Amino acid sequence: MSRKLLEINGLKVNVADKQILHGVDLAVGSGETHVLMGPNGAGKSTLGYAVMGDPRYTVTEGTVVFDGRDITAENADVRAKAGIFLSFQNPIEVPGISLSNFIRSALEQRTGKRVKLWEFRKELKAAMEILEMDPAYADRDLNVGFSGGEKKKAEILQLLMLKPSLAILDETDSGLDVDAVRTVSVGIKEYQKNKNASLLIITHSTRILEALHVDATHVLADGQMIASGDASLVEEINNHGFEQFLAR
Amino acid sequence: MKEKTQVNDIDRSMYDFRFENKDAYKVHEGLTPAIVEQISKEKKDPAWMEQFRLQALQIYNQMPFPDWGPAIDGLQMDNIVTYVRPNTKMSAKWSEVPAEIKDTFERLGIPQAERKSLAGVGAQFDSELVYHNVKAEVAALGVVYTDLESALHGEYAEMIQKHFMKLVTPRDHKFAALHGAVWSGGSFVYVPPGVSVEIPLQSYFRLNAPGAGQFEHTLIIVDEGAYLHFIEGCSAPKYNVANLHAGCVELYVGKNAKLRYSTIENWSKNMYNLNTKRAKVEDGGVIEWVSGSFGSHVSYLYPMSILAGKGARAEFTGITFAGKGQNLDTGTKVVHNAPETSSYVNTRSISKDGGISTFRSSVVVNRNAENSKSAVSCQSLMLDDISRSDTIPAMDIRTNKADVGHEAKIGRISDEAVFYLMSRGISEEDARAMIVSGFADNVSKELPLEYAVEMNNLIRIEMKGSIG
Repeated sequence: MSRKLLEINGLKVNVADKQILHGVDLAVGSGETHVLMGPNGAGKSTLGYAVMGDPRYTVTEGTVVFDGRDITAENADVRAKAGIFLSFQNPIEVPGISLSNFIRSALEQRTGKRVKLWEFRKELKAAMEILEMDPAYADRDLNVGFSGGEKKKAEILQLLMLKPSLAILDETDSGLDVDAVRTVSVGIKEYQKNKNASLLIITHSTRILEALHVDATHVLADGQMIASGDASLVEEINNHGFEQFLAR
Repeated sequence: MKEKTQVNDIDRSMYDFRFENKDAYKVHEGLTPAIVEQISKEKKDPAWMEQFRLQALQIYNQMPFPDWGPAIDGLQMDNIVTYVRPNTKMSAKWSEVPAEIKDTFERLGIPQAERKSLAGVGAQFDSELVYHNVKAEVAALGVVYTDLESALHGEYAEMIQKHFMKLVTPRDHKFAALHGAVWSGGSFVYVPPGVSVEIPLQSYFRLNAPGAGQFEHTLIIVDEGAYLHFIEGCSAPKYNVANLHAGCVELYVGKNAKLRYSTIENWSKNMYNLNTKRAKVEDGGVIEWVSGSFGSHVSYLYPMSILAGKGARAEFTGITFAGKGQNLDTGTKVVHNAPETSSYVNTRSISKDGGISTFRSSVVVNRNAENSKSAVSCQSLMLDDISRSDTIPAMDIRTNKADVGHEAKIGRISDEAVFYLMSRGISEEDARAMIVSGFADNVSKELPLEYAVEMNNLIRIEMKGSIG
């Protein structure tokens, strides 16, 4: 395995005093793509939010180490600046701030430098073309009135523009039609082009993975990791479902 | 585990400076016919105006205080010095304005604003206009922009007598009556038929003397087919004595004329702002109100549009930000009194640190206002659990041939939205400020750039240290 980027050690997470994760371990190396699968309610999204630092998810035990640094107690903005990105399953609508201004502010806060407008617009336009997004969306209020598909594309657009070292994609394919999944997948592939770009893809379908290179697959059920393997595990789950793991 | 920051009172130091008082002239505190006569004499009122003032005083003494809005117990009328005149005469050149007064305006950025190609600036220091200038090219179009006192004696005297306190009469309410009795200073603008004033005219009001009331009167007449954008800004430094502002704005919009009236009020937080604004719009005319209320201890402010002619239109865009110790009761009134009239009301209110923000609206569609339309939308945002936001819309529709709609939303900043922005690398404080600015965006984009910047700064100042 290449240099470890993300290390999750014995993570226990509560949501409103109910334990959802009962001690989860996971390691993602730099430049690797990992897939996290599992039945509904297994705690997959909880893991994603806990790694990003959502205050509604309380870590009661264990650590999250990123790039060699324990970030378990850090706020989400600090984690983001360290290089973690989360693509939301339900992106939030924020009226009064345009998609383009939002990405630009985020870039400026991450780098502490002013972003040159001209170059930014050029890069944004190119990224939107890859995602087959109407350029008009750049000046629309963040996610406001976007269709489900456009919201997901806007998430991947942010991924391409912010260039994190680890992207956690939470059910990015859910609720999308075949064409939209393909487009989003093209965007993810574009992100993967950077050899240090790491991915943790949370999904319970395999459609989005068809065109992507996968290094490892993990199965989470009832708040615990119950199986890990290589890319072939995806195929196995595709054919036989989660039953075999749960039966063990 | 989470970082917490102290909630601080906002930094108003930029606005809260003041100078030693060197008033040339001060009347006795409290209000009697003798004082009103004294004011009238001092101002060299025409006879009709003196009579008008005395009648208004009588009405004032008969009328009860309002009993339906925020408490005004802190306002002791006997202590209000009704008329304070600064130690200067009106000046047409900035260089002739006394240094202290000039400094006040410099610090508020007023002359800079003028240098940025505003067509004219009238700045009122306490009760008199101290500085007045209308760019030559605007004056050449026949546009009149002057203080009301001199206009009473000039060639527009008759026009003023015909319009002065005819829209807002002293019988309207107790503070309108008070205004009629002691009004002082303010602006008169006349835009002749067909003249379009391409750059905004601007006035800036400021209260400096402790316990002084400001009763400026603004009278604007935009004649047939003409266009004007008038910007009014208000500010006052902080004093322990309660200050009263009971101004009056009367706007006459002629046939197919259009007037945009923008205000940013940032009175100090001991101010009682009991202001009355009203516009009358003739056939095909348009009034556009843009109103931002940030300051004052208590505000009663409901600019009213009377759609008197067929096809007349009113738009009202407003934002109110109530912080600690503030009770801001704001909104608008519209009367549809002709066919095919329309009104659009779009407001945002924000409350924080125990502030109370109330949106109050009244839409009346009379029987003769067939095929009229009205849409009212108000949204409120509460930034914590101790603040309060109320919405009190009233509608009185007397024809069934009208299309009337109202929507209200009251919300909080969602933790989810804050987390979403933070997950992109934006700090919690900035995330909250971003959400609030975004919430106010529909208003800020209606403002001239420097005011939009000022408003966003005010929001940032208010949001600073607001994370609990």
